[in-house]
Amino acid sequence: MLVYIIRRLMQAGLVMVVMSVLVFAGIYLIGDPVAMMISPDANEIERDAVRASLGLDQPIWRQYLVFVGDAVRGNFGKSFLAGQSAMGLIFDRMPATMELAIASLILSLGIGLPMGVYAGLRPNAPGSKAIMTGSILGFSLPNFWVGLMLIMLFAVMLPDMIPGWPRLPASGRGSTVDLLGIKVSFLTGDGLLHLLLPALTLSFYKGALIVRLARATAREVLPMDYIKFARAKGLGEPRIVGVHVLKNIMIPIATVSGLEFGQTVAFAVVTETVFSWPGMGKLLIDSILLLDRPVVVAYLVVIVFFFVILNLAVDLLYSVLDPRVRLESRAT
Amino acid sequence: MTIALEPVVAARPQTPLQRVVSDFCESRLAVFGLVLVALSAFVAIFAPWISPQNPFDIAGLDLLDAKVPPGTEASDGRMVYWLGTDGQARDMLSAIFYGMRISLFVGVVSVVAALTIGVVVGLVAAYAGGKTDAVLMRIVDIMLSFPAILVALILLSVMGKGIDKVLISLILVQWAYFARAARGAALVERNKEYVEAATCLALPPSRIVFRHMLPNCMPSLIVIATITLARAIALEATLSFLGVGVPVTQPSLGMLISNGFEFLLSGRYWISFFPGVALAIAIVGINLAGDHLRDVLNPRNLR
Amino acid sequence: MTGAGLSVRNLRTHFFTKEGVARAVDGVDFDVAPGEILGLVGESGSGKTVTGFSVLGLIDPPGRIVEQSSIRFNGEELTTAKPERLRAIRGSEIAMIFQDPMMTLNPVLRIDTQMIETVQAHVKVSDGEARQRARAALVQVGIPSPDERLRAYPHQFSGGMRQRVAIAIALLHRPKLIVADEPTTALDVTIQGQILFEMQRLCRESGTALIWITHDLAVVAGLADRIAVMYAGRIVETGRTADIVERPMHPYTKGLIGSVPSQNTRGHRLAQIPGMTPSLLKLPAGCAFKARCPIAIDRCNEMPALEAHRDGQLARCWRATA
Repeated sequence: MLVYIIRRLMQAGLVMVVMSVLVFAGIYLIGDPVAMMISPDANEIERDAVRASLGLDQPIWRQYLVFVGDAVRGNFGKSFLAGQSAMGLIFDRMPATMELAIASLILSLGIGLPMGVYAGLRPNAPGSKAIMTGSILGFSLPNFWVGLMLIMLFAVMLPDMIPGWPRLPASGRGSTVDLLGIKVSFLTGDGLLHLLLPALTLSFYKGALIVRLARATAREVLPMDYIKFARAKGLGEPRIVGVHVLKNIMIPIATVSGLEFGQTVAFAVVTETVFSWPGMGKLLIDSILLLDRPVVVAYLVVIVFFFVILNLAVDLLYSVLDPRVRLESRAT
Repeated sequence: MTIALEPVVAARPQTPLQRVVSDFCESRLAVFGLVLVALSAFVAIFAPWISPQNPFDIAGLDLLDAKVPPGTEASDGRMVYWLGTDGQARDMLSAIFYGMRISLFVGVVSVVAALTIGVVVGLVAAYAGGKTDAVLMRIVDIMLSFPAILVALILLSVMGKGIDKVLISLILVQWAYFARAARGAALVERNKEYVEAATCLALPPSRIVFRHMLPNCMPSLIVIATITLARAIALEATLSFLGVGVPVTQPSLGMLISNGFEFLLSGRYWISFFPGVALAIAIVGINLAGDHLRDVLNPRNLR
Repeated sequence: MTGAGLSVRNLRTHFFTKEGVARAVDGVDFDVAPGEILGLVGESGSGKTVTGFSVLGLIDPPGRIVEQSSIRFNGEELTTAKPERLRAIRGSEIAMIFQDPMMTLNPVLRIDTQMIETVQAHVKVSDGEARQRARAALVQVGIPSPDERLRAYPHQFSGGMRQRVAIAIALLHRPKLIVADEPTTALDVTIQGQILFEMQRLCRESGTALIWITHDLAVVAGLADRIAVMYAGRIVETGRTADIVERPMHPYTKGLIGSVPSQNTRGHRLAQIPGMTPSLLKLPAGCAFKARCPIAIDRCNEMPALEAHRDGQLARCWRATA
């Protein structure tokens, strides 16, 4: 087991090295961030001074080595524009993104799981067919489109047309409080209101996947002998569905949810842009558009690291949930 | 002892293709999806001929007509802006037709190219086996383990704007998907007897792979192509919306939506809304049809 | 016929599929007196398993018990009982044991969970009390170290052990009737013998009636008081075990007995009944066995009734002879 973990970590390290080279080569060789920062009629001397201060006059390979050396220590340089440490900027914004991602995870599970199980239990009911069609819409419509529609509906049209209908906030994060040193907004009413639309938007894609997966797995599980045996024992439907069926469904759902969490964080980039949510994703977009390389690089490294840890965590989670896997690996 | 040869009896009165078509048409949703797709394709192909206005002809725009709501008549009475106009007085209906053109063009071209590359790589990997297979699949795995949107974002941030660069990013993001699918299907085929037979006949490997194995992989590839097409269109729209996709001079539906975003909260919803509906029609149509196509072409149902 | 025990009359369970109606059980009559062991014998496709499930009301769509079928248990008509009543009966008054022990227990739940829930589905007791009952049941079926076993998962048991657990679960509420669907088919021969012996002992001790469904006549020959032979959805012969085994009347029963290898047949070719069971979708008119019957005559195109040809022994054949 330990060997497995070490091996995975080494693979991850390799991936990160490769990515860093690609990213570095790409970003540092193309685009001229200096032009962004000084007025067009600055003379050569001023440009050279700026270049030197950013270390851009060194040969490429030396720049890369400096980059790697710093990276290992978590130092990705200062943001060209904000002057603050790039890594620091990312860490500042991480809680907002995590909040959004986790809220959307909760929503997608809370809404998607019951719907999917229902569709699996009663595949021919009209509600089920509607749910399945809805799920196709859910994962095919682009994230930003969903966000747009929700804004139109809940922040513009409904409040305009129906008197007394609450107008949901369509941008920004709500008021925050400090929780263990991290600023979180879900503990305030205002924060929750601001969190609602973005989290709902982000939950569509994953929710649709969960609906389909839950339905498919439920349909696989229901004809199984052990379900019939449970009925033969005289157990009621609530117990059969709530315990026997659900426990079997949770394994693939948990696996997929875990793996898809990475996708969710990635898609948060779009949602954050639509709702002006001050998270890592919006930071990334802004940095890309303004060629603020240190921040982009720092973001990539953080993301790769995050993905690797996530994959590992999902593997471990899987072994906890499925006793067959856990006990076998202990025996070997 | 004589061996009586049994006559080969045709099991189905229809050809497989006819059966696929008739199975497909059983689902009203799928047919509806197909209709949507056909509508989108029609609009895209015939945009220059059916648009009331050429939205790129600046001379033809009258700024007095900017941001008018749907149904307004033009100030010079030439036409009716059925879906309103945007900030530059472009007729939304025409803009949508041209935008659909670009959205579909980018989507289809990128999928076809990614399919070709991916299939070649996948078939080669499956047929060659061993180290080649391992190395190629390693690359595929790494590419697939990252969310497409992040990869595309990074690539575009490096390469800059332009339709060709968008195409390149989309192709790079999608080929791995086809490679894995093609390899999987090909591996199943590779173990079948007709491949052994063809090898014994000393047919050249390329012939075996392309003339014999490929047709049997087609059903699953077709299904994946339709799903990928919808994703490609959605991805391009997202990238354009974020501002890293197609240039302003060739607006796809995503860019149109992005343009209209600032007007949303002030009540001028039509600038974003209608392009959004058009986009949804295209994507949902493809997915509805593709979803049922997957069930119909499922290898278990085909035999 | 007193009210006690099971009384099945004209049971018909049909499956309404796209390809047609499969008449899995097509007019079955039998009785099981309290404490009696009935062996229900037939090939696969004979309808014996569906009969078992019908008694418990566990037929899923597209199948259902058709009108004018009657299943009376202790005087109560089960075919018209409310679903909640059926649920209360299952597991407490009538219990079932399935064929494949590997698939009967939910692989992701512990044994104690699956046993405690069975107890608590029918009586309101605390978890501790339910656990005690579960433990006692495991002891009753001869499982060593019951406390450890309770905390284990199904895949940690061997096939024979799992079947014992299933039997233990069936016995938790001291049912009046147990329906066992090929409980030993998936097990080793030696384990088979053990389980047979255990079940016989348990049923005799507690006075529980037992329907033992099997394709293997030899298995029930030593166990059952009475035997019913099924073919293509109908009972073709029934009577006391000794009578059936020594003096079978129906050609099919004779074929079954003749095909059992024994000391007497050593060195000879194994006798087989030629042909295969007909598809339940396309049953022939008249006697379903006629295509394979060595003594079929024209009259067999008409379905014979199940008639008593000797005291206590009934056969469905125009030419039934001892």
